[in-house]
Amino acid sequence: MSDYSAYQSLMKRKNEIMKRSVGIDYSLYELRNLAFDYQKMMADTAYSLADIKKIQALGGVGNTPLKELRNLTALTRKYAQPGHGARIFLKDEALNDSGSFKARRASVSCYHAKKSGFAGVITATSGNYGAAVASQAAKLGLKCIIVQECYDSRGIGQPEIIEKARACEAYGAEVVQLSVGPELFFVFLKLLEETGYFNASLYTPFGVRGIETLGSELVEDTLKLTGKAPDMVVVTNAGGGNLTGTARGISLATEAPVAIVGASVNLKGLHMASDADFNRKSFTTGHTGFGIPFITNPDRSDVPRSAARPLRYMDRYVTVTQGQVFFVTEMLTALEGIERGPAGNISLAAAFSLGQELKEDQTIIVQETEYTGAGKHHQAQLAFARQNGIDVVFGDPKTEIPGQSIILPRSVADLSYNELSLAEIRESYLRNAVKNTKTITKADLQFLVEETKASRVFVEEVLAKLGIQEENA
Amino acid sequence: MIDKGSWVQIRRVVLAPKERPETLPEETRRVPLLLWIKGYLLAAAEIGDHVRIKTLTGRCEEGVLTAVNPTFAHTFGEFVPELLQIDRIVKTALWGGDENE
Repeated sequence: MSDYSAYQSLMKRKNEIMKRSVGIDYSLYELRNLAFDYQKMMADTAYSLADIKKIQALGGVGNTPLKELRNLTALTRKYAQPGHGARIFLKDEALNDSGSFKARRASVSCYHAKKSGFAGVITATSGNYGAAVASQAAKLGLKCIIVQECYDSRGIGQPEIIEKARACEAYGAEVVQLSVGPELFFVFLKLLEETGYFNASLYTPFGVRGIETLGSELVEDTLKLTGKAPDMVVVTNAGGGNLTGTARGISLATEAPVAIVGASVNLKGLHMASDADFNRKSFTTGHTGFGIPFITNPDRSDVPRSAARPLRYMDRYVTVTQGQVFFVTEMLTALEGIERGPAGNISLAAAFSLGQELKEDQTIIVQETEYTGAGKHHQAQLAFARQNGIDVVFGDPKTEIPGQSIILPRSVADLSYNELSLAEIRESYLRNAVKNTKTITKADLQFLVEETKASRVFVEEVLAKLGIQEENA
Repeated sequence: MIDKGSWVQIRRVVLAPKERPETLPEETRRVPLLLWIKGYLLAAAEIGDHVRIKTLTGRCEEGVLTAVNPTFAHTFGEFVPELLQIDRIVKTALWGGDENE
């Protein structure tokens, strides 16, 4: 006796359920054929940056300290060319209520839900966002349901996700746990319809605009500490909201050129919908399994038009290995006396090497940390990997095979990053964007140029290769 | 017998294997989509019985009773000695000393 009959009829009502549960009529922003008015959708949230700062201050969110990592800076300079090795700063987002930057996203969504008269909020997440929504909902007296993909079919839970379930329950949320599979979306829709709660999606304008304060704060913090805007900001990238919101916030705070670098853990070869692969990965977010599909097709999220569009804002995209992130997490503890969760240190792993390319008087900002503890500590994750037959050994990180091995760097010199080709990612985005059309309008062309942060010539060349014609009208 | 009103966890099948999308990897399609949820037991029952519960948001759910007073047992796992070695590697690299890297 399953929910199959409900499954089919519910999927047909998807759009109306979504419209009611986020209170946004996405059709207002649609242009033909492909384009939509992204900036208008973002502006229509009716909250200014100042409003959001106020909402967050009430919610125990924001104004986290920017800490200079003096020992890591000194260490990275030992491996850089003379005169090189930027000052490394860390925005300690673990100090937000609920322990991660996700509280910034949750605060605006929950505030809006409360203001709009919803009795509760629902979100689908296995990550820190669940705890963030549960925490903000607790403050506002909203009911809260968190839907998690948590167990494999043997009922074995990823320890990091189990810890998130514990945190959500601690904040009073109802936690619905599922085995592996994208049909989680159906369970989520069913709950939205049954309860009439607000969809606190990560991908609404509320969820993304909440991070703009992180971008603006880190510019203000860096100005205070160094007298200049930061030169480079490294952002962990999964669904793209973190990078999008941070970059938008930075551009609101400074006109100085700040390089925005996305960083993800390389999980190439592991299928995100695979029951067998589920517990063979040591990162449940911040990885390429989300990063690549979402950057090349942002509207695959749980809302009709995602507010997270990282390709619009990204200057470079790099990957690091699981072993490198675990190594750097331990290094942060051992050399800086700061114990944080591994998923929050993905950008730190990349920044350690990226900083070596900058001059000593330049600054590189690692824009988040997350809390740690039982289940999500790097010790817990490495032990779980070993228990699942993953080979955890010292060696050359370049030889790591996700799902088979975690290669811990033999020395600091083994820390590095892999640069992804943004040209290829842009091409892949464009291929997805025009999949169902043969022609585009002038507005579409302009939209695609903005979406890819590419030159018009680049976009036209790719479109020509794909056989797409521009309408004359 | 587990009393009515006890805090319990249930499990149910959301989709049977044959009802799952064809696009899924083979190993996922072979198994059902399962759901676990906690709430207050609406009538006395035994583990393994089909029961109804009331969740924290006041919804009714039904499924097979799997646990009473379910708790969390996640830990820091078996000790990973490599972490001590990483400490030695990075401390030697920064502060020097005769410990080998």
